[in-house]
Amino acid sequence: MKILVCISNVPDTTTKVTFTEGNTRFNNAGVQYIINPYDELSLTRALELTEAQGGTVTVINVGLVDTEANIRKALAIGAHEAIRINAKPVDAYYVAEQIAEVAINGGYDIVMTGRESIDYNSGQVCGLLAEMLGWPGINVITKIDIDGGKAICERDIDGGKEKVSCSLPCVISAQKELTEPRIPNMRGIMAARTKPLQVLEPTSNQAHTKVSVYELPPAKSSCKMIDPANAGQLIDLLHNESKVI
Amino acid sequence: MENIKRSNKQDNFQAPDFYQLDDLFSDEHKLIRDSIRQWVKQEVSPIIEDCCQQNYFPQHIVKSMGEVGLFGPQLPAEYGCGGLDYIAYGLMMQELERGDSGMRSTASVQGSLVMYPIYKFGSEEQKHKYLPKLAKGEMLGCFGLTEPDHGSDPSSMVTNFKDDGDHVILNGAKMWISNSPFADIAVVWAKNEQGIIQGIIVERGMEGFSTPETHGKWSLRASATGELVFDNVRVPKANIFPGVTGLKGPLTCLNSARYGISWGAIGAAMDCFDSAKRYSMERQQFGRPIGGFQLQQKKLAEMLTEITKAQLVCWRLGHLMNEGKATPAQISLAKRNNVDMALHIAREARQIHGGMGITGEYPIMRHMMNLESVITYEGTHDIHLLILGMEITGENAFV
Ligand SMILES: Cc1cc2nc3c(=O)[nH]c(=O)nc-3n(C[C@H](O)[C@H](O)[C@H](O)COP(=O)(O)OP(=O)(O)OC[C@H]3O[C@@H](n4cnc5c(N)ncnc54)[C@H](O)[C@@H]3O)c2cc1C
Repeated sequence: MKILVCISNVPDTTTKVTFTEGNTRFNNAGVQYIINPYDELSLTRALELTEAQGGTVTVINVGLVDTEANIRKALAIGAHEAIRINAKPVDAYYVAEQIAEVAINGGYDIVMTGRESIDYNSGQVCGLLAEMLGWPGINVITKIDIDGGKAICERDIDGGKEKVSCSLPCVISAQKELTEPRIPNMRGIMAARTKPLQVLEPTSNQAHTKVSVYELPPAKSSCKMIDPANAGQLIDLLHNESKVI
Repeated sequence: MENIKRSNKQDNFQAPDFYQLDDLFSDEHKLIRDSIRQWVKQEVSPIIEDCCQQNYFPQHIVKSMGEVGLFGPQLPAEYGCGGLDYIAYGLMMQELERGDSGMRSTASVQGSLVMYPIYKFGSEEQKHKYLPKLAKGEMLGCFGLTEPDHGSDPSSMVTNFKDDGDHVILNGAKMWISNSPFADIAVVWAKNEQGIIQGIIVERGMEGFSTPETHGKWSLRASATGELVFDNVRVPKANIFPGVTGLKGPLTCLNSARYGISWGAIGAAMDCFDSAKRYSMERQQFGRPIGGFQLQQKKLAEMLTEITKAQLVCWRLGHLMNEGKATPAQISLAKRNNVDMALHIAREARQIHGGMGITGEYPIMRHMMNLESVITYEGTHDIHLLILGMEITGENAFV
């Protein structure tokens, strides 16, 4: 079995978010990058599947050279090889196009992504990939097993669970409960030094969308204390100042 | 382990890096450090407080330490070890001691005092027999140098062995031996019939060999300490290290361990600083966070200054170790300075936490009590000063 796991490079969850270039670009000065946590779950599950049934796991990232530290981490966790498409991941469509090209040519049985990347949260790559490849796609799964050439998945739905199966090849995206992430051990880190990391040039350089502006949520304003005896003042403020009643 | 309570308190530790030392480390070094940090948050932080309160050595963690690669990371991969450099080893010890000095002691003893001498002075058979199992944590080792009457002055030890054909007969006793109550093997330093110190591997189960535990410690309570008692123990001659004689043997191991301790102490200091910083910003008195008062700021500013200096000392020393150029006196300087620095920070941080600082809610008192052992073992604070004094003046002030 050949599994392709898509990993994106995202700012650490403790990052303080700011913007540059007239609020059209995320300011990455001094920001620590990590493997998108949902992607790490995909990677771990892919390793569990290939450890049980044989096969290889390839990780793929669309990004510039500075993402290689996290690609090496994926190799240290256990992926067998890596591919980096040497381009800025400008939008979800663009990223999916690049990955689809590799997925078709590589003869993969499963392409795994995270349910969304925790930076831009658009959650589109899984669906776009399935469409571009013409493969079945199952989104936001909490469980996957492979049995007789089929993927059997579980998803959480409102008030219950859904069990879905599809033929291979397929595309899935991981939800939090899929598995527990693995901590790289020193043997893995050593082995990662010599695992193949192939760098490919992108097939096009066309973004399909353009960000006009980013806005931060409004800063929390200070808290006004109102004496319980002045309930009228509270109603007045809610009505005339914050206009909520 | 059934009786150990898992804490559900989140470990939010964030390491200070005031001089952007991260720029000096390779991506791989940072990955190693962050992996051990994550491992400590997952495996050590939830249980360590209760282990210490109950004076309990969490034996299950030995296997997990082996799996993540904490044993002998600086030794070659051909014996199942890490094959990493001394900066990597240092960063790992820093992170482990950030969790607890007792856990770091377990790894230091195994990696630097048991595996290192086997690797450096052992026969090929000894290396193949013991190193892979020790690296994986399938076997635990201890190091016996100190004796009840011979601590800072190990050359006057009395433990000895006599020739008995293809065996030797070992007699004597070692004291204050980390890991001893749980160890499968002991690397023991003893005198031969000519009075020359040699290293010998003693295995649990050999007749006449026992390892009584030392009770009542107020320090390193999650690490087991005990004695090694040899009552006419017959040990095969094949267990003697062929590669070294004299005090140089144990002292070479101590260099490697002391180097790791220099980094480890930074970890303990960082944890105290991080906790004190957080607490000082949350705790309100006189209507404002206590971190807003100059006296508390002075403590925090001095802590950060000392941690930053210690980090730079270790970084440089690590490169000297990698190049094989570090001298014992340079290692003494780092061990002495950094452990003292950490102990001082623990005491200051304890005061910032007020009454809360004496409880197990915060890691401070545990680090402080642990560091009282760390400043004593592997050469006391005074002994390292004498080593430095001799280096500077050429005069021996030991005797
Ligand atoms: C928790 C713990 C774990 C340990 N683990 C191990 C282990 O795994 N293996 C092992 O072999 N040992 C171990 N030790 C022993 C440790 O290395 C010794 O305690 C240490 O070397 C000091 O020896 P001592 O306790 O006999 O003190 P002493 O040597 O009696 O020293 C007492 C005091 O006298 C001072 N002093 C001694 N000589 C001089 C001098 N010439 N000039 C000035 N001052 C002097 C010392 O600095 C100290 O302050 C451990 C100790 C502890 C506490």
